Amino acid sequence: MFDARGSEAHRVAGLWWLMFALAAGVYAVVGGFILVAALRGRGTPEGRASRITENAFIWLGGLLVPTAILMVLAVVTVQTTSHLRRPERDPLRIEVVGKRWWWQVRYPAQRFTTANEVHVPVGRPVEIGIDSDNVIHSFWVPQLGGKVDTIPGQHNVWRFRATRAGTYLGECAEYCGVQHANMRFLVVAEPAAAFDRWVARHLTPHSAPTSDLTEKGQLVFLRETCAGCHTVAGTTAQGDEGPDLTDFGSRLAIGADTVPNDPGNLAGWIADPQSIKPGILMPPTALAPGELHALVAYLESLR
Amino acid sequence: MALTDDVRTGITEHDLHEIWKDAPGIPGFFSTVDHKRIGLRYIYTSFAFFFVAGLTALVMRAQLSAPNSHVVSPSTYNSLFTMHGTTMIFLFNTPVLAGFANYLLPLQLGARDMAFPRLNAFSYWIFLLSGVFIYASYLIGKPPDGGWFGYTPLTGGTYSGGVNLDFWGLGIVFVGISTTVGAVNFIVTIFKLRAPGMTVNRMPMFVWSILSMAFMVIFAVPAVTVATGLLELDRLFGTKFFVPHLGGSVLLYQHLFWFWGHPEVYILFVPATGMISMIIPTFSRRPLAGYVWVAASLIAIAFISFGVWVHHMFATGMPVQAMAFFSAVSLIITVPSGVQFFAWIATMWRGVIRFSTAMLFAIGFLLIFLLGGITGVMVAVLPFDWQVTDSYFVVAHFHYVLNGAVVFPIFGAIYYWMPKMTGRRLSERLGKLSFWTMFVGFNVAFFPMHILGFLGMPRRIYTYQAGLGWDTLNVIVTAGSFAFAAGTGITLWNWAWSLRRGAPAGDDPWGADTLEWSTTSPPPDYNFAATPVVASRHPLWDQRPLPHAVSGDDEATRSLGPEGALVHEIPVTTGIDAVPHGSQRIPHPTYLPLVLALGIAVVFLGLLVNAVLVGVLGAALAAAGLTRWLWRTDTDLT
Repeated sequence: MFDARGSEAHRVAGLWWLMFALAAGVYAVVGGFILVAALRGRGTPEGRASRITENAFIWLGGLLVPTAILMVLAVVTVQTTSHLRRPERDPLRIEVVGKRWWWQVRYPAQRFTTANEVHVPVGRPVEIGIDSDNVIHSFWVPQLGGKVDTIPGQHNVWRFRATRAGTYLGECAEYCGVQHANMRFLVVAEPAAAFDRWVARHLTPHSAPTSDLTEKGQLVFLRETCAGCHTVAGTTAQGDEGPDLTDFGSRLAIGADTVPNDPGNLAGWIADPQSIKPGILMPPTALAPGELHALVAYLESLR
Repeated sequence: MALTDDVRTGITEHDLHEIWKDAPGIPGFFSTVDHKRIGLRYIYTSFAFFFVAGLTALVMRAQLSAPNSHVVSPSTYNSLFTMHGTTMIFLFNTPVLAGFANYLLPLQLGARDMAFPRLNAFSYWIFLLSGVFIYASYLIGKPPDGGWFGYTPLTGGTYSGGVNLDFWGLGIVFVGISTTVGAVNFIVTIFKLRAPGMTVNRMPMFVWSILSMAFMVIFAVPAVTVATGLLELDRLFGTKFFVPHLGGSVLLYQHLFWFWGHPEVYILFVPATGMISMIIPTFSRRPLAGYVWVAASLIAIAFISFGVWVHHMFATGMPVQAMAFFSAVSLIITVPSGVQFFAWIATMWRGVIRFSTAMLFAIGFLLIFLLGGITGVMVAVLPFDWQVTDSYFVVAHFHYVLNGAVVFPIFGAIYYWMPKMTGRRLSERLGKLSFWTMFVGFNVAFFPMHILGFLGMPRRIYTYQAGLGWDTLNVIVTAGSFAFAAGTGITLWNWAWSLRRGAPAGDDPWGADTLEWSTTSPPPDYNFAATPVVASRHPLWDQRPLPHAVSGDDEATRSLGPEGALVHEIPVTTGIDAVPHGSQRIPHPTYLPLVLALGIAVVFLGLLVNAVLVGVLGAALAAAGLTRWLWRTDTDLT
């Protein structure tokens, strides 16, 4: 939160520093009163007299000063809240669905689906629709703003702008079962041109194998259980239990940001995902070394 | 009054002991209805659970001390934080405060027992059995793992199929019985059993705090019983209250849960402040400043606490206008706490402070609660809460409140009141060592968590990746938590040591002002042979020697003197002015509360294992116990 990169996070950071200043002042003054009160009677037989009456303590310290501070905070709360999460014109719409334990990401206007990676153009208002078809999760990108829960049966919306380019860590913030801890995602904020290129690539997916190795890999993919749960656009693989893999090779991480996306990690993941992320729904797949090699090559070629 | 035999009536201590004593050994253990034995039992049982909950915390901290560590598996970790929270809220903080209230209320009010001694025994047995019920899940290796607030649909049958969550859901309904009947007992005791002359504006502040707490319990606990009860109906009988795609509402569960859950924070916090309001005046040698203000604050908190629950749900996507209301109320509830705070400061201001261990815990409480209160104001601020809720910032906040501002007063209370309860003092040297270890360990453990929250560390993760800037802080937190645990261990050791070796306490070791210090330590079975007559808020400071009532001939006054104690009676006084207006027979030891509690436990067991026959058997046992209990005749009571 100290390193804010989004419209909401900036405002909240400002709010925090105001509250921090008030809090530090209150703690110093009241804490000082506690210590002085505890010590000032030391060495006297009957305690020290004081011009501050008991009622003055209660009226000033207990009622008036706190009320004044709370009034300030109430005004600031209302002002800040009313500035945040307001609809803006021409937002980029993205639909995010919390799964167990990964994130489905759809760009409805552009008509493509990806997973665990949300790309947004810097500066443009973004409107993320947030849903769940299973348990409750919470969508949180600390550097961009606050949390929005994914509630089954309720459509929530989070609106923000990324103010600077970068890759930001997103996390599930509501306990959602055994792999709550590894239900991360990445938000990639990039200049409009780069974002447009990223979108364009998704409009013409390159799922056709380009070499013997990847062709063999695709055969393995379609033959094994993979296609039952995963989609690769342009092939017969249309499963929707697991993440869409159409652009898998371009993604930065595997397993909702559990391990970096490289061939070694991918091979290990396919062979035994339970050893990397225990308890997830993906079963292990036993393959001959050559087949595994081909499958990894195929998946890494999907961009 | 137990010290000497009564000259006027010729009634001796021995006579009274014969009337009031429990049977020796095991029969007495299971049949006692003495509020002092029950209160101590509450305290000891709660501390056993505290010990276990502390161990779960240490295992979690060991796991989190380094990124990607494998001290425990993910599912074990998830059950650890579930059981840690469940235990600390339901099986330690709530019942340990009930234990102190059980022990102290009759003594502070000048009564010979609680209003409903058998109900008192019943509520203890329910507490014990429900705790055993929840922990029995470990015996078959299926501990609950849905988090201590058990959000649906994660905790519904679809996503948590095993019996794990049934231990939890049924256990919460089960333990709620104990809390509720306990609260009823406290309220009636406070309103009807005060010593003559103890008008409501002379009640000790601890009594006010228990009154406030008991009313909150009565209105709040039904909500959590309904929440977990409906959850269990869904799980066991296939109803759809919380099944979203069949018309249920998952947010309904959250509303019900937090409608209890936030008052619960005050249910724990208010009695803790009551303890502080007793300890600070005693060791400042001054009456509590702003008595009326403080009492009014306790009542105000009880009301306002029912208007803040939605601040646990700010990220659920409710309309901002609705949330703004709860944001405002959550800010307002700070004011009565602020009033109390400055009443304590004002009390100390002109006094000469004796830095006993109990007083150190009280001052430690002030410094910790100040920070917990400030961060509490922060999380009431809606946009800020969006950022920090369910992060380690909130973990830090509620540990400052529920650990710092509740457990510290409880430890202070041990040093303050255990000498009354056991007759022996704890070591002050070990006590001070324990306090400083706990105070430093606490802040080292919990302060860095605020920063971890800002750095984006979410709550309830069993592990995290290296390189996020969390590593060093987590090492510090773990070190602090082990230091804190060591500090609590010193007090537990000190306490055990004092039972045999502690210096004799005497009646009034601290020069305190309330009635519990006018009787022996530990008090006799009947507390007071003759009922004290109160004419001040501080009877032991202002009324020397403390006068005691004499029995009259009529119903209203016959039980005031030792003659009343001799026939096992207790004087009843009017609700506001405490004028004697009746006499109540006190029941003798009986197994019936245990029978009823066991019957109810068997019903819950039947639900758990889905066996109708077991449930029916339990219901029959409970019905038999209850029928016998309600079959009142004079011979039962005399």
